[in-house]
Amino acid sequence: MYADDLIRLLTLQDANTRTVLVGTALLGVASGVVGGLAILRRRALVGDAVAHAALPGVCIAFLIVGERDFGFFLLGALIAGIVAAVMISLLRLYTPIKEDAATAISIGSLFGLGLVLSRRIQDLPSGNRAGLDGFIFGKAAAMVRSDAIWIGTAALAVLVVVILLYKELKVLCFDRDLAGAMGFRVLPLDLLLMGLVCVCVVVGLPAVGVVLMVALLVIPPAAARLWTDRLAVMLVLSGGFGLLSGVLGTALSATMPTPSGAMTRGWPTGPLIVLVAGSIFLVSLIVSPKRGLVARWIAPRTRMPNGAAAGGQGVAP
Amino acid sequence: MSQQVASSSSRVFTASSAPVAVEVHDLTVAYDRKPVLWDIDLTWPGASPTGQGVLSAVVGPNGAGKSTLIKAILGLVRPASGRVTIFGEPLSRVRKRVGYVPQRETVDWDFPIDALGVVLMGRYGRLGWLRRPRSADRAIALRCLDQVGMGDFASRQISQLSGGQQQRVFLARALAQEADLYFMDEPFAGVDAATERAIIDLLRSLRASGKTVIAVHHDLQSVPEYFDHVVMLNMRLVASGPTQQVFTSANLQATYGGRLTMLERVGEAMRRAAVSESLLPVGSQPTAHAAHAGRAVPAEYAAGTL
Repeated sequence: MYADDLIRLLTLQDANTRTVLVGTALLGVASGVVGGLAILRRRALVGDAVAHAALPGVCIAFLIVGERDFGFFLLGALIAGIVAAVMISLLRLYTPIKEDAATAISIGSLFGLGLVLSRRIQDLPSGNRAGLDGFIFGKAAAMVRSDAIWIGTAALAVLVVVILLYKELKVLCFDRDLAGAMGFRVLPLDLLLMGLVCVCVVVGLPAVGVVLMVALLVIPPAAARLWTDRLAVMLVLSGGFGLLSGVLGTALSATMPTPSGAMTRGWPTGPLIVLVAGSIFLVSLIVSPKRGLVARWIAPRTRMPNGAAAGGQGVAP
Repeated sequence: MSQQVASSSSRVFTASSAPVAVEVHDLTVAYDRKPVLWDIDLTWPGASPTGQGVLSAVVGPNGAGKSTLIKAILGLVRPASGRVTIFGEPLSRVRKRVGYVPQRETVDWDFPIDALGVVLMGRYGRLGWLRRPRSADRAIALRCLDQVGMGDFASRQISQLSGGQQQRVFLARALAQEADLYFMDEPFAGVDAATERAIIDLLRSLRASGKTVIAVHHDLQSVPEYFDHVVMLNMRLVASGPTQQVFTSANLQATYGGRLTMLERVGEAMRRAAVSESLLPVGSQPTAHAAHAGRAVPAEYAAGTL
């Protein structure tokens, strides 16, 4: 029975599973690549803020349109995400509040607003059609063909931008002042990178949910960083880890037997995707040849005169 | 009074060497409405008719606006007022002729990139948007690494380099920009003696090939030995011109004691005169006395402002 499910899944016979699988895989690739740049630019938490801010955006979009329209939901989430990013910047620039606190303020207040609005909507007669609870924790299994097409389009656009502007994004992330001194427009570039994060977050929300979306942006690149010291390789690996997480997470949720007789709705896809990503990170942390824990235990301590640099700070958390 | 010192000395200097590398007019920069630079008028000379370039030090206490001055000239911070011309043109038209070495601590040295990759970034400005570095750029980057004695470290991840080596990689990146004018923010900060030698040799060879190098510098003892031109800054311009004419005890006192009250100033002046007299004529070897004075200055400056 279990083996049958697995075969059906892997041979992509079931159209619904196929949709979910392709959607989560593409989402994994896009957020892995963009997340890699975001963590190097120290902007990982912006993804979290955008994700949380997206909930009120989606709610307001529903209140305006009155039905579950993925395109409008994305638009609402995108606008709300931009509002959050701007809010963080304004708090940081014009008040004594530091960036981490500014991010937390934005996350908390916008998510609170989102929860209030979504409860109001679910009390409406048409509210149950909104499917808003899916946005909070993610509901990958409910993904339909058009959702997957949205994700695919977004992933393609994101990858094209990263490939075209690879050199510019690289110098932005490493040395913003040099980029500016050389005449690159750093503010638009920075906003573009934040925009890419926004796009990934927003298309990923229905599948992975507000709460876990940041994990998909941060964990695959953090794992990839452990395997390589080259940015291009890191981004490719990160996209690969994201893809693997999407595929394996979806496969597990579709095929793992649920406890018989339980009042269960099956295994949740989004959390499983994140758990797979977390496992990849854990394995990388232990066995990666350059920065893994095992390698560091084995390595002769005298190899690196500058001890602090040998392990790299990337491993620390 | 300090303004007079500035204008008269720069006039003397520009009269002796015609071309001008950088001209700063009425530059004022403020962060959060607090002025960091106030009404700076300043000229840096370009190469002399004999093809000799200029090494210029920008000195001043912590918070004097040295880095901000460079960033404002490079368009990295927006000035409240004023304008800058480089080689007689606005920055946007001569960017490719301007190289920049930021402070070493401003970047993440754990970034996934090797030394050659960092130097290759120096080529990005010439490439412009969308174009990728080619093998010719790669060859230039390798040559620049060789020039700073780091050729063997091309494929080394940058976190595995010592502080001095990282600074050399930064200099190689500036060389790869193939500029005529270089701004360097504390190129000597935290480097070992061997790297300091290597860097000053490099700066001298840049000067010999007609380049103008403007460096924020902290070690007052080495200013007369390393730099032929000096800019003394403390929010306002105190003085600028040839080191021999401008780097005087009176100007040092005005630079580092600039914000003390009048009463404190009198006492400071008497004490400082003795200190800076022993400080000025020294060569490369810092004496214990001079080193102490160099450290004490920012603390006094801070005490004076608080």
